[in-house]
Amino acid sequence: MAITRDEVAHLARLSRLALSEDELEHFATQLEVILGAVARVAEVAADDIVPTSHSVPLTNVFRPDEVRPSLDPAAALAAAPATEGVRFRVPRILDEES
Amino acid sequence: MSDLTRLTAAETARIVRDGEASAEDVTQAHLDRIAKVDEKVHAFLHVDAEGAIAAARRVDERRAAGEQLGPLAGVPLALKDVFTMEGVPTTCGSKILEGWRPPYDATVTRRIKDAGLVILGKTNMDEFAMGSSTENSAFGPTHNPWDLDRIPGGSGGGSSASVAAYFAPLAIGTDTGGSIRQPAAVTGTVGAKPTYGGVSRYGLIALASSLDQAGPCARNVLDAALLHEVIAGHDPFDSTSIDAPAPAVVDAARRADVKGMRIGVVREFAGDGYQAGVEQRFREAVDTLTDLGAQVVEVSCPHFTYALAAYYLILPSECSSNLARFDAMRYGLRVGDDGTRSAEEVMSMTRDAGFGDEVKRRIVLGTYALSSGYYDAFYGQAQRVRTLITDDFTAAFERCDVLVSPTTPTTAFRLGERIDDPLAMYLADLCTIPSNLSGGAAMSVPCGLAPDDGLPVGLQIMAPALADDRMYRVAAAFEAAYVDAHGPILDGAPAL
Repeated sequence: MAITRDEVAHLARLSRLALSEDELEHFATQLEVILGAVARVAEVAADDIVPTSHSVPLTNVFRPDEVRPSLDPAAALAAAPATEGVRFRVPRILDEES
Repeated sequence: MSDLTRLTAAETARIVRDGEASAEDVTQAHLDRIAKVDEKVHAFLHVDAEGAIAAARRVDERRAAGEQLGPLAGVPLALKDVFTMEGVPTTCGSKILEGWRPPYDATVTRRIKDAGLVILGKTNMDEFAMGSSTENSAFGPTHNPWDLDRIPGGSGGGSSASVAAYFAPLAIGTDTGGSIRQPAAVTGTVGAKPTYGGVSRYGLIALASSLDQAGPCARNVLDAALLHEVIAGHDPFDSTSIDAPAPAVVDAARRADVKGMRIGVVREFAGDGYQAGVEQRFREAVDTLTDLGAQVVEVSCPHFTYALAAYYLILPSECSSNLARFDAMRYGLRVGDDGTRSAEEVMSMTRDAGFGDEVKRRIVLGTYALSSGYYDAFYGQAQRVRTLITDDFTAAFERCDVLVSPTTPTTAFRLGERIDDPLAMYLADLCTIPSNLSGGAAMSVPCGLAPDDGLPVGLQIMAPALADDRMYRVAAAFEAAYVDAHGPILDGAPAL
C-alpha cells in the first residue's frame, strides 16, 4: 500500500492544507502504515454485503417552512475574522490563476 | 457537611433541595478545589466561575421562591469543550477555534441549564475529539488523577479527570469510538454512550456524524443515569435524533438487578494485546455477575476484530468532510490574509497553522479514502464491514440481553508513550468501536485495580439500540456488589 510524497501533496491540495515539506514526508510514511492496517477490511467485505452508511434508518426529516427567530446580523458577524458592513469580508475569490 | 466536593450528584441535589447547603456554596466549593488542584491535572480549558455562581444563585432563588427543583438542580457539571455554549469560549481543543465565543447553546447545553445544573467550565480534549489520550489537545494534555504521569484517556480525558479529581460530580463527554468509555475506564469512573440518536447532536461540533454521541460521566451509575435522562430525548434540530421516548435508565439503575439476565462474554476481546491484570479483573467481574444470578455465556462476534480497520476508514472520511467548514471566513482563525493572497491560499495556510498533526493526518486519510478510484476499495469496503459488525451484534443479542468485555485492552499508558505511533494509539479503542459502528448503547463501569500496576480497569457493558436501560441495570448491580466488597474505587486514588 505505497503512498508517495506527491500523492500526499495532491491530497493536501484537495483538502486545502498547505502542508510543509517535512509534513509531506512524515505523513507519507505514517499513512502508508495506517493504510496497510486498514486495508484488511477487504478480507471480509464481500461484494454481496449491503453497505451501512448509518445505524439509524434515515428518511428525510421536514419541518414547516415558517419564519422563526434567528441570530441577528451583529451576533452572526461577531466572531468573523473580518467584516464590512453587515457582511463577511473575505480574501479575493476571483482571478485566482493570475 | 464536611466536604461538598465528595458527595454524589444525587446527594448534592438533595441537600440543595432540603436547604442543608445552598447551590452557591456547593458551586464555590468546587471552584475552590479546581483553583487549588487543576494546575496539576489540567482538566479544564476554561473555568466560567462568574457564570457558574450566577447559575447557582438562580437555583437558590428558585428554591427560596418555593419552586419545585429538578432531580439534579444545583449540581455542578463540567462540559466537554466540543459543545457550544453561548458567550463562553469553545475551542474543541484546537487553535483554529481559539477565542471563539459561540452565539448559541447546543441542545445538550440548553437542557443542562434548564435542569438547573451549574456548568463550571469547559473541559480539555484531544483536538476535535481525535485521540485517546488528550495529548492531541492544542493546549497541552490532561493528567490522570491516579498517576499524573499517565494519560486520562481521550478524547474526553478532561471530563473524566474532572469527575475522578472531584472537580465536579458530573461531566458530559462525547463518544465517537470510545471517547467517553475509555477515559472512564482509565480514571476509575463511569461513562455511558447512549444509543446513537438518543441525545441531540445539535451544537456538538461534528467529528464523524454517523458515529458521534453525547453522554454522561459520573462517579457512580445512578448519577450517570440521572444525567442521561436530563440530556436524552428527541430534538427537532437534529435530523438523526430518534423520535421515541428515551429509555428509563434511572429506574433501571435503581432496580440494579441481573437475576435471570443473559450476559454474553465476547470471545474476541481477549488474548494478544490484553494486559494480564485487565483480563484478571474482567474475569472476576464476570464471576461477580454470575454470583448475582446472571446466566453467563460465551459468544463469538467474529467481525469485531475488523472494527478498528473499518472505523479508521469511515471516521477519517466523515471528518475530512465535516472539518471543511473551518474555512477562515466566518469565524475562527485566519492566517496570511495580506490583501494579495486568494481565499483559497488563505484557507490552506489557516488550516495548516490551525490544525494539529492528528487532525491533518485524518483529513488527508479521509480525502484519500473518498477519492475516485479508491472509494470502493476503502470507504465502500469499510461500510460493508460495518454491516457485518451490526449483524454480529444482532446474532449475539438473540442469545443475550447484554454483552460484556474489558473497556480497554490496557490500563492508562504513560504520557508520550504512543504519541508518535498513531496505530498504537488507535488500539486503545479496540473494544469500544463496535458499538459506535452498530449504533447500540454501551457503558464502562469500574471493576477494580489491575494487580500488575494498581490502575483502574473498566468493565464494558453493551446493549442493543434503545435498550440503554439494560446496561444501566447490569452496571448498577455490578457496582453495588463491587462497592460492597471493596468500597468505592476512587477511595483508592491518591489525594491531590
